[in-house]
Amino acid sequence: MLCLLFLGPFFATATMRLLINNACIQSFQVLQLQQTFDSSLEKPQFPGASAEFVDQLEFIQPNVISGIPVYRVMDRQGNIINPSQDPQLSKETVLNFYQKMTMLNTMDRILYESQRQGRISFYMTNYGEEGTHIGSAAALDPNDLVFGQYREAGVLMYRGFPLDHFMAQCYANADDLGKGRQMPVHYGSKDLNFVTISSPLATQIPQAAGAAYAVKRENTNRAVICYFGEGAASEGDAHAGFNFSATLECPLIFFCRNNGYAISTPTNEQYRGDGIAARGPGYGMLSIRVDGNDVFAVYNATKEARRRAVAENQPFLIEAMTYRIGHHSTSDDSSAYRSVDEVNYWDKQDHPISRLRHYMTARGWWSEDDERSWRKQSRKTVMEAFERAERRLKPNPELLFTDVYQEMIPSLNKQRESLWRHVQQYKENYPLDLYEK
Amino acid sequence: SAVAITGCACSRTKTQRRHAAHFTFQPDPVPSQYGPTQKMNLFQSITSALDNTLASDPTAVIFGEDVAFGGVFRCTVGLRDKYGKDRVFNTPLCEQGIVGFGIGVAVAGATAIAEIQFADYIFPAFDQIVNEAAKYRYRSGNMFDCGNLTIRAPWGCVGHGSLYHSQSPEAFFAHCPGLKVVIPRSPIQAKGLLLSCIADKNPCIFFEPKILYRAAVEQVPEDPYTIPLSQAEVLQEGSDVTLVAWGTQIHVLKEVASMAQEKLGVSCEVIDLQTILPWDIETVCKSVVKTGRLLISHEAPVTGGFASEISSTVQEECFLNLEAPISRVCGYDTPFPHIFEPFYIPDKWKCFEAIKKMINY
Repeated sequence: MLCLLFLGPFFATATMRLLINNACIQSFQVLQLQQTFDSSLEKPQFPGASAEFVDQLEFIQPNVISGIPVYRVMDRQGNIINPSQDPQLSKETVLNFYQKMTMLNTMDRILYESQRQGRISFYMTNYGEEGTHIGSAAALDPNDLVFGQYREAGVLMYRGFPLDHFMAQCYANADDLGKGRQMPVHYGSKDLNFVTISSPLATQIPQAAGAAYAVKRENTNRAVICYFGEGAASEGDAHAGFNFSATLECPLIFFCRNNGYAISTPTNEQYRGDGIAARGPGYGMLSIRVDGNDVFAVYNATKEARRRAVAENQPFLIEAMTYRIGHHSTSDDSSAYRSVDEVNYWDKQDHPISRLRHYMTARGWWSEDDERSWRKQSRKTVMEAFERAERRLKPNPELLFTDVYQEMIPSLNKQRESLWRHVQQYKENYPLDLYEK
Repeated sequence: SAVAITGCACSRTKTQRRHAAHFTFQPDPVPSQYGPTQKMNLFQSITSALDNTLASDPTAVIFGEDVAFGGVFRCTVGLRDKYGKDRVFNTPLCEQGIVGFGIGVAVAGATAIAEIQFADYIFPAFDQIVNEAAKYRYRSGNMFDCGNLTIRAPWGCVGHGSLYHSQSPEAFFAHCPGLKVVIPRSPIQAKGLLLSCIADKNPCIFFEPKILYRAAVEQVPEDPYTIPLSQAEVLQEGSDVTLVAWGTQIHVLKEVASMAQEKLGVSCEVIDLQTILPWDIETVCKSVVKTGRLLISHEAPVTGGFASEISSTVQEECFLNLEAPISRVCGYDTPFPHIFEPFYIPDKWKCFEAIKKMINY
C-alpha cells in the first residue's frame, strides 16, 4: 500500500486530493489482528508497525518550508480559481453568509466598545475569522453537535442564536441562558446544539471525541465538530482527543483556527513542525489545510469531511489558516507584540468579508446601495438589542446556589440561608437593586 | 492482599516474611431484601453491578486502559464478550483523555463508566474532573451536564503498593463542589453504591479499596439494588466514642471497637461515612452529641486529609458536647512508603491508643 508520508516531501497538488490516504493504516490494523510471526520472512514482524526494512541511515526530514499546501477556491480578490471547486451556492445562501459575517462584525464592534465604556466586563472579537465560522457552520447539519473554544461566535450566529441572547450572556442579565454564571462570550445553546464553552483551553477536544462516539452508537447520522486554535492544539488534551477519536473511530471534525497568535505568542514559538494539519497523519487521521479566509474553501472542506466522517466513522482534521485581526481580548493590546502594518495587511488585503463581497458584486448580487442600507440596518438591529440588554436586571442571586448538583443538597442550602440572613442584615452594602427579586 | 507465609520458614529469616494484612475483613449479614444472593468478592460485585448496568441501559459503555480483556483487577471480566466491543473497550493510555472522553459521552446523553487503572494516576485527569465535569451543569445554566459520568478507580493501601499504587486521593476531590465521591467498605456496599453512582445525575468518583478485591467475600444480591448516597451508616451503636472511617479502615475500626470494649470497657459507635462528598454531617454530629468524643481515621496523609473537614465541621456544630479534642489517626505527611508501610498506616494500635487518650482527657 502507498504510505507516502515517509518518502520525502508531501505531494503538492492544488485540488481536493490533499487528504492523505490512511487506507494503508486501516489495512495494517486488519493485518495486525491476523498476524502470525514468521522469522523466515525478511519483512518486519513487529506488532507495533509494518512497512519495510531499510539499510541506509536516514532521518526523516520534517517538511516545514513546502509543507501541506493550502486549499482555496477564491483568490484574494474573490475570483474563483478553479470553477469545478465553486460550490455554486444560491444567491440567497451567499447573501446569508455575507450578512451573518457582517452582522457578527458589527456586533463585535459594539460590544468591544461597550467593554471599553465599562458596560460589560470583558469581550473577545472575531475580526478576520468570520469566514471560518460561517463556512464551517453552513456545511454542517443543524443537529450536529458543536464544541467550541471561545472564538466561534459566528457558528452560533449562523445557526440563529438571537442577538438578544448574545447580549444577555455578555451582560449576564436575567435573560442569559447560562444564568449569569460565566464571563462574557462563554456562550452555549441547547436548542442550537452548541455546547457551552469554558475558559480552560482544549478541554473540549477529548470531550468532542466522546460525544462523537456516543452519537455514532445512536445511529442517527449526526456528526460532531470541535473548534480550537493553534495554541490550544499544544495542550495535552489535544493529543488525547486526536488519538482517542482515531482509535475509537469517531465521526468527528477537528477544526483548527490557525490565526497566527495565541495571545502574544506567534506560531513559531508555538510549534516547530508544519502546523497542525501535519500532526493528523501521526494519529492516522485524514487531514487538510485550507484558506480560512475563503468561505467557500472552508465550506467545501467541512462539507466533505462531514460526509465522510459520518459515512466512514473516522475523524477529520481541518486546519483553517487565518489571521486574528483583533486583539486577543479586551485585556490585550496587541501593538505590544505586532506591527500595525501587519494587521492592516490582513484587514485590507485578505479579509473573508471583502473577498465574499467581491464574489457577490461580480455577479451583480450586491450593490453599493445594498451595502449602505445593510450596514445601517444591521447596526440599528444590534444597537436595539444592546439597549434592551443594558436595561435588563441581573438574575436573582438565588441562582448563585443552584445547578451545582442536579438537586439542592442540605449543606449548600444552609449556606444559602446564611447568605440571605447576612444580606438582610447588611443590605445597604449589596447591590440588590440591580438584581431580580 | 499481603499474606503471612507460614509453614517452612527454614530458608527464610523472619524479616523476609511479608506481613499479614493489618485488618480482618468482616462481612456483613446476608441481605434479604434484594432477592437471591451469590458468593462474590469485591471485584466480582463490581462486575455484577456493571453487568446489571449494561443489561438495563443500552447507552452504557465501559472504557479505560485494559478493560477489554477483563481489567488488571478483573472487574470487567466477561463483559466485552457478553455486550460487545463497542460497549466495553480499551482506550489509549491517557487519563486526561479517558475522563475527557467520558465527559463527552455523558454530555451526549449516554451512560459513561470510565476506569482509571489506579487512583494514583487520576491526576492527569484532574483538570477535566475539577474544571470541566464538576462545573458543567452550573456554568451552562443547566443546559448541559455530565451527570451520566461515573469514574471508578482502585484505591488505598495494598501491603506493597508504595507511592504509586496505594494512594487515597479523596481529599483532593472533596474540595470540588459538583462532584460526588464514594468509597465502599465491602462487596455488598460496593455494588449498591456503584449502582447509585451510575444512576446519580451528577458526575461521581467511585474509589474501590484494592486490598479488598479478593479478600472481601460476601453473599451479594444478583439483581440490581441501590444504596443511597450521602447517607452514612452506623454499623454499631455505642455511647462513649464515635469512630468514623470509610473503605478498608472500617474493618480496622471495628476491631478497635472490640479492643476498646474488652480492654477499656469503652463503648464505641462505628460509622461508615461511605460518601465523602456530599458527606452526611447530620449522622456524624448526632453521634458526637451522644458520645462527646470523635476519632476519624484514614490512610491518606493527615494534613488536609478529609478528617480535617469532618473535625472542623463537628467542632462548629458540637463544640459544647465535646469531652475531648477530636482525634485524627491518619497517614503521616509523607509519600506512601514501600518497606515502611507497616509503620505508616493508621493501624488498630494507633487508633486504640488514641481512644485511650480521649477517654483519659
